[in-house]
Amino acid sequence: MTNKLAVPGPSGDLTTDTTTAGRGKRPRPPFGVSVVSIIAVLIALFSLVPLAYVVFMTASTGWDTAMALIFRPRVGELLLNTVLLTVVTVPLCLVLGVGGAWLVERTSLVGRKWWAVLLAAPLAIPAFVNSYAWVSAVPSLGGLWSGVLIATLSYFPLVYIPAAATLSRLDPAIEQSAASLGLGAWRAFFRVVLPQLRIAMTGGGLLVALHLLAEYGAFAMIRFDTFTTAIMVQYQSTFNGTAGNMLASVLVFLCLILLLVEVRSRGSARYARIGSGAQARALRLPLHAYQLPAQLSLIALTGLAFGLPLTFVLRWIVAGGPEIWAAEEFMPALLQTLAYGLAAAVATTVVAFPMAYLAVRRPGWFSKSLELSNYITSSMPGIVVGLAFVTVSIRMVPSMYQTSALLIAAYVLLFLPRALVNIRSGLSQAPKELDEAAQVLGKPPLLAFLRVTLRLTAPAAAGGAALVFLGIVNELTATLLLSPNGTRTLATEFWSKSSEIDYAGAAPYALLMILISAPMTYLLFQQSKKVAGQ
Amino acid sequence: MTDVYPSREAPSRLPEPRVAASVATSTNSHLEIDAVTKNFGPQAVLKGVNLSVAKGGTTAIVGPSGSGKTTLLRLIAGFEHPDTGSISLNGSKVAGENAWVPAHKRHVGYVAQDGALFPHLTVGQNISFGLDATQLPGGRRGVKSRVGELLEMVSLDPAMAKRRPHQLSGGQQQRVALARALARKPALMLLDEPFSALDAGLRVATRRAVAQVLKDAGVTTILVTHDQAEALSFADQVAVMRGGKLAQIGNPFVVYTRPADRATAEFLGDAVILDAWMEGSLATCSLGGIPVRRPPAQGRVQLMLRPEQIRISEDGPIRGTVVDTDYFGPETTVRLQLPVPPVLAAGAIPDHRYPGGGEIITIRHWNASIARPGTELRLRVVGEAVAFPMDEQP
Repeated sequence: MTNKLAVPGPSGDLTTDTTTAGRGKRPRPPFGVSVVSIIAVLIALFSLVPLAYVVFMTASTGWDTAMALIFRPRVGELLLNTVLLTVVTVPLCLVLGVGGAWLVERTSLVGRKWWAVLLAAPLAIPAFVNSYAWVSAVPSLGGLWSGVLIATLSYFPLVYIPAAATLSRLDPAIEQSAASLGLGAWRAFFRVVLPQLRIAMTGGGLLVALHLLAEYGAFAMIRFDTFTTAIMVQYQSTFNGTAGNMLASVLVFLCLILLLVEVRSRGSARYARIGSGAQARALRLPLHAYQLPAQLSLIALTGLAFGLPLTFVLRWIVAGGPEIWAAEEFMPALLQTLAYGLAAAVATTVVAFPMAYLAVRRPGWFSKSLELSNYITSSMPGIVVGLAFVTVSIRMVPSMYQTSALLIAAYVLLFLPRALVNIRSGLSQAPKELDEAAQVLGKPPLLAFLRVTLRLTAPAAAGGAALVFLGIVNELTATLLLSPNGTRTLATEFWSKSSEIDYAGAAPYALLMILISAPMTYLLFQQSKKVAGQ
Repeated sequence: MTDVYPSREAPSRLPEPRVAASVATSTNSHLEIDAVTKNFGPQAVLKGVNLSVAKGGTTAIVGPSGSGKTTLLRLIAGFEHPDTGSISLNGSKVAGENAWVPAHKRHVGYVAQDGALFPHLTVGQNISFGLDATQLPGGRRGVKSRVGELLEMVSLDPAMAKRRPHQLSGGQQQRVALARALARKPALMLLDEPFSALDAGLRVATRRAVAQVLKDAGVTTILVTHDQAEALSFADQVAVMRGGKLAQIGNPFVVYTRPADRATAEFLGDAVILDAWMEGSLATCSLGGIPVRRPPAQGRVQLMLRPEQIRISEDGPIRGTVVDTDYFGPETTVRLQLPVPPVLAAGAIPDHRYPGGGEIITIRHWNASIARPGTELRLRVVGEAVAFPMDEQP
């Protein structure tokens, strides 16, 4: 049977080496995977531009200058502010997010279907709009605790959504096992349920922390200084000063530390459901006497996070009267926002596809390293991406500076991770066996790919594109740095009006952003339920 | 073989000369696999496979998981390239040196383990996926009637064409997958463990139905399975795969009753293995003297019997003591200890003519009540045994 010499062929030596044998003219690897790989590498390299920029700037500044600019009281002050903000806000978001998710998913909370959506709703209000509403309500707001208040109310849904999704997917049998082993409801929650939420909590916590580091508008409005606001001030005064660059490198360093903390605390245990069979329905803990306190605290939370900002936006609109609705002012902003949002959402989806394809269909060290580069990119704050693109374009391709193409490229980079996650889960719903089935039924590979894989991935890709769109509508920092002269998006218009203390004039833009974001937030909430557990 | 492959002699694709009886008898070879190897990275998955499949025949490739059988099927379908060797369909090379026909041009049918139905299409759209409406008489209506025909062929209600795959049971999904593969009237059908996801009862029924449909359509069929009973009942040629090679090819009866080696014997079913002494064509062991056809060696050998060859009978010449039993309903598994020959029991030096003694063997019987532990039963051996040389270890 091992008679390899029986193989006829012009090149007999090929039979000696079985690994390279007979490659010849054969199309391998199949169906343009090498082309896809090259594209994916180019995208990954492109996505590492901000990091490379920061490293290059720090290295080229010179040791002494860098040290002098990094180790100074101002940086210490910013560091203290940023660290305090993070260590106070993240635990608060975790408590509110997990607590809310538990009430909605595991107790006899009255009206839990409504609460489930309402707790995610604050995400439809951009943090800087939230800040604007709070400043309108309490003009004396300022400093760390105001920052904590606004950030917590804006970002706790980032923990709530994954926690609720995980809880709804969590097999109640493990809680029942805990009960049968003699654990009461509280002990079962802390010893069995909470550990299962670890991925949701570390992932959500990381997201909150990264938002805290990257947020500009919300903190600038209440005059609370973080690295991002300080870099923006530096940029506006000296355009591209070394001091601002050094602040950016400290900021990037903090982001990378956060990634490391998340990787470490995520652990490697398996949390998927083990075993087969249908999942039982969850038993809900009766709240009895706690029903009223639970309802009151949820009313207070959603009232402060969603009701108050919405109320104040509407109050400014009423106060502003009809003259704030000058169509020639807000229509261009609305149209430009929609145009940028659509163009960048499509571009991001197209760019994310090759990377997602490799991650799902060709897992290995290569796609792992692409994922890693994407993970790092996902932590880059908008201000750093903006700075990097401004500098790189001025130095290397001046004709690109202040073009809409550059702004769209920055959007692609900032929101690539959102699209990637969605397309990846969509692609895993379209196994390659289906592609092969189409081929064996006589469809050429490209046609099979279009009619089966692409078709099956389309809904997930559309969902990802919608989330990218949501991000772009509410993006302020990078847009301020990169937008071409005369560009007015809803966010930048809102910002310039509210910076001039024209709160009534800013209100229509705030309302439009909320109206556009609301359905997208609902979509995000719906999607999280499907993706959880994967 | 004379008209298509005059140069290829049958023995070249047989593992051992002594199973020459198991050659495919057809003279018309449909699929010819010649010395095919395949590596995935450093791992050699196929180490030189030769297989010939007759036109209209059914072949089962059976082997434990990881033996390379699915890889072989994927090579035939055109999803993978062989590293060396060649594959020919109807005498023309589809893979090998300087030859490559992609999957969509091979015109073979393929049914995957889970059916691989397209979830975004209805049952009817799935079935007509490979059909070209312009090639059928009657255009769209022609497609519709062909879909109905195909659904009937696999014993499904034509009204099911409007349903979605997820609304069907596992067995129905497999039938739709088969109908979809049959739609293009392939001459060769590849089945990759299509029944393994089904539960036991449905499995047998679906297997029978599929076999009948394929036989009626006269389609050459290759089934890959790890289930030896499925392989033996489905095919008229069984190829046993182990460690990336075909250990034996032959008709089901031959590979089961006269396996080429001990590992094949144990893979295809329960086997009683005893040390024996071979003289001429008679082997002596703890069960007495048993005839062996075509013994591979003389002297010490290992003897293989199927449990059903050892019967409990009142006038049997051999005695065995019941150790324990396992009740399964229709039959009982009985473990018996065979006697130690008197000469050995007396403390004599072991005699080469009595290599065994005291072994525990497992047989089956329908009557649970006769076999209480400690009972002595009388046994009779029916038919011939198979002998393997001593150096063969499983």
